[in-house]
Amino acid sequence: MIRRMSAVEAFEPSCHLSRDTERHGVHPDDEYLKRGRIPHIWCSGCGLGVVLNAFIQALKVREIPPDKAPVVSGIGCSGRAAGYLNLDTYHTTHGRGIPFATGLALTRPDLTVTVFSGDGDLFAIGGNHLIHAARRNVDVKVICVNNFNYGMTGGQSAPTTPLESRTSTTPYGNVEYPFNLAGLAGAAGAVYVARWTTFHVRFLVDSISEALAKPGFTFIEVLAPCPTGYNRRNKLGQGLDVMKLYREKSVIQHGIPPQEAELDLQRRIVVGKFVDIDKATFRTEYENLVQRKARKS
Amino acid sequence: MSVNERAVLTGEHFINGDEASAEGALAAGCAFFAGYPITPATEVAERMSNRLPEIGGVYIQMEDEIASMAALLGASWGGVKAMTSTSGPGFSLMMENIGLGMMTETPCVVVNIQRAGPSTGLPTLVGQADVMQCRWGSHGDYGVIALAPGSAQEMFDLTIEAFNLSETYRQPVFIMSDEIVGHMFEKVVIPPADRIRLIPRRKPLVEPSDCIPFQADDGLVPPMACAGEGFRVHVTGLTHDEMGYPHIVHPTQERLVRRLVDKIRLNAKDIIRLESHSLEDAETVVVAYGCVARSARESVERARSKGLKVGMLRLITLWPFPTALIRKMSKTVRTFVVPEINYGQMAYEVERCAGERAQTVLVGMMGGTMHTPDIILEVIEEFSR
Amino acid sequence: MRFWRLPLDARDHSVPVGELHIIADRCKGCGFCIEFCPNKVLLESKTFNAKGYHPPETLPGRELECVNCNLCQVICPEFAIYSTLKLSKELSKEDILRYNEMMRTRRRDYVRE
Repeated sequence: MIRRMSAVEAFEPSCHLSRDTERHGVHPDDEYLKRGRIPHIWCSGCGLGVVLNAFIQALKVREIPPDKAPVVSGIGCSGRAAGYLNLDTYHTTHGRGIPFATGLALTRPDLTVTVFSGDGDLFAIGGNHLIHAARRNVDVKVICVNNFNYGMTGGQSAPTTPLESRTSTTPYGNVEYPFNLAGLAGAAGAVYVARWTTFHVRFLVDSISEALAKPGFTFIEVLAPCPTGYNRRNKLGQGLDVMKLYREKSVIQHGIPPQEAELDLQRRIVVGKFVDIDKATFRTEYENLVQRKARKS
Repeated sequence: MSVNERAVLTGEHFINGDEASAEGALAAGCAFFAGYPITPATEVAERMSNRLPEIGGVYIQMEDEIASMAALLGASWGGVKAMTSTSGPGFSLMMENIGLGMMTETPCVVVNIQRAGPSTGLPTLVGQADVMQCRWGSHGDYGVIALAPGSAQEMFDLTIEAFNLSETYRQPVFIMSDEIVGHMFEKVVIPPADRIRLIPRRKPLVEPSDCIPFQADDGLVPPMACAGEGFRVHVTGLTHDEMGYPHIVHPTQERLVRRLVDKIRLNAKDIIRLESHSLEDAETVVVAYGCVARSARESVERARSKGLKVGMLRLITLWPFPTALIRKMSKTVRTFVVPEINYGQMAYEVERCAGERAQTVLVGMMGGTMHTPDIILEVIEEFSR
Repeated sequence: MRFWRLPLDARDHSVPVGELHIIADRCKGCGFCIEFCPNKVLLESKTFNAKGYHPPETLPGRELECVNCNLCQVICPEFAIYSTLKLSKELSKEDILRYNEMMRTRRRDYVRE
């Protein structure tokens, strides 16, 4: 076969070391952000930047060395978070961030492995992986940003889309019941389950820092505005309007069973730390039980 | 995770191909296995579940093959050699994450003990119909290295080779075995650990601040900066520039994809492994691989004893395919006979390379049983007159 | 809470005064910092940044009201604003009066259903 391809030299090399870097280092958190990658792609009023910010604050509060805090993400707007963090970051396939993180966490117990992803990535295509990782209690910290739709692809319905809502694939209203993410994670066996909104930013920082220090499978659901997708189609206004809605409608109820934590944007949003229990992790059981027995035989 | 001396079971063993592959992985330093049970590959997983805890490695049975492949990639980025084993249906499920492994250049080994398909097919019986899927299975362009063991001993040896190749070329490498080789019990000799040649992972030699993680010094294979080493690399399945950042434009795609394919294409000479018999004056050449090559060998010897000028070429690597060799041979060879347990897969490659110069004859069996020497001999005789 | 006089241990406490730094070209005009600043120190400026958004600016006359709580820094999705400690000043009677007034007006702005 004869190959006739244009000379690659004809295309200018474009290693983006120099893109928009003059301002890098001005903000005190810039050391946690990749040089030249800010401003990020998220819309004005999107809650993802707030969650990213809170995550960085939590890392600082816990004094976790940035070299020892890899972040794994999936596909979607939330998944892009990995590309902005100045850590070891892995932007994997849709829904498969949790099993990737499982492999990393099991081989590197010295690292704190966080999965940063969205409601569709973690609970639709990735749902099976989430419940099994929770069941096994692997040492993975999950932050699930819930914006009630698939934002990146234009605002299609997701397993979290409330009944009767409009999305780009439910133009006449959604006919499916949504999942209660915190409830699912709790039922599957997560040892730490919390729900916050991007308005509750101080609580969120505390919650993430608690989860980072806790062994086992931890799950934090964060409700975030999606001004271009869900909010626009459901006449909820701009990001700021939804933040005010969070302020108005949310109620903190620590310790209630997560399956009972109501989530209705028009009526009541129950937030708080629902589950915080202690259970042996996969790694502990594997090392204590399995390896011990294997060496004896 | 350090691997200790119990990893290499030096001595003579009477084990099956699946078990030999597991032992080969352990001898190569594999310390992580994530898999899902599937006939006829289950024995690999079972052996690993038995042996990994003994040596301080990690065995985990994941919820499906998709998760298994993802976990392999995560473990590999943790700095550890990782492997999985599966068969047809699981192989299909793994394809998306195999693509991720290729795109992110993650070393690992995927063992496919092929069974007859399509779909659920004949779960307990031999097939060889995944070999093209191995080359083209995931979407997009990338280079592929695949090895086809023909005996239990080769299951051991070639699994070690597979790990070495995956570290050298920084991508997933396939062991395309089949149910007959996987389930046959044979003598396997495991040498002492110091006689096993292992290729370690290449790490960046520069400081993290100077590291350009996806730039290859030799132009093709970059050194790998794993997690927790201070390099803070961004690894993504999106098209990325040399820093690893997503860069969704055509010129970056050109550079990246060409490098991924050229990594293998331009190094094919160093990767291809073949075994040949009686090729010097052969007018008919049998091209075979896996279990079928054993019958092919017998049929060639019987043909020679009848005075026919027949030779055999055994493909130990299926991919990269020995294009240049077949093309050269087609100038003197009249017929290539390709027995395989499918309706023509490697036969297409042979035909492509032979062109109009020689004819390619497929001896196809759909699955469930392998060719006997007589079946191949009959075709050799028909086309050698 | 309201003070009815200057606390007796006022001299043992100091009020932090923060200095706001706004990286104008990073701002996307979401308005979170302006709305959620506890002391209502910010407002949307009339100027445009490079992307066409109106970044925040300190309300004239309220520069000393920033207490360096860093809420704007944490809630900003764009890493476009942060505060640093400018000085610590002694608690004075004027501070108490201003604080009481602010609490009084703030309750009226926001009523929980």
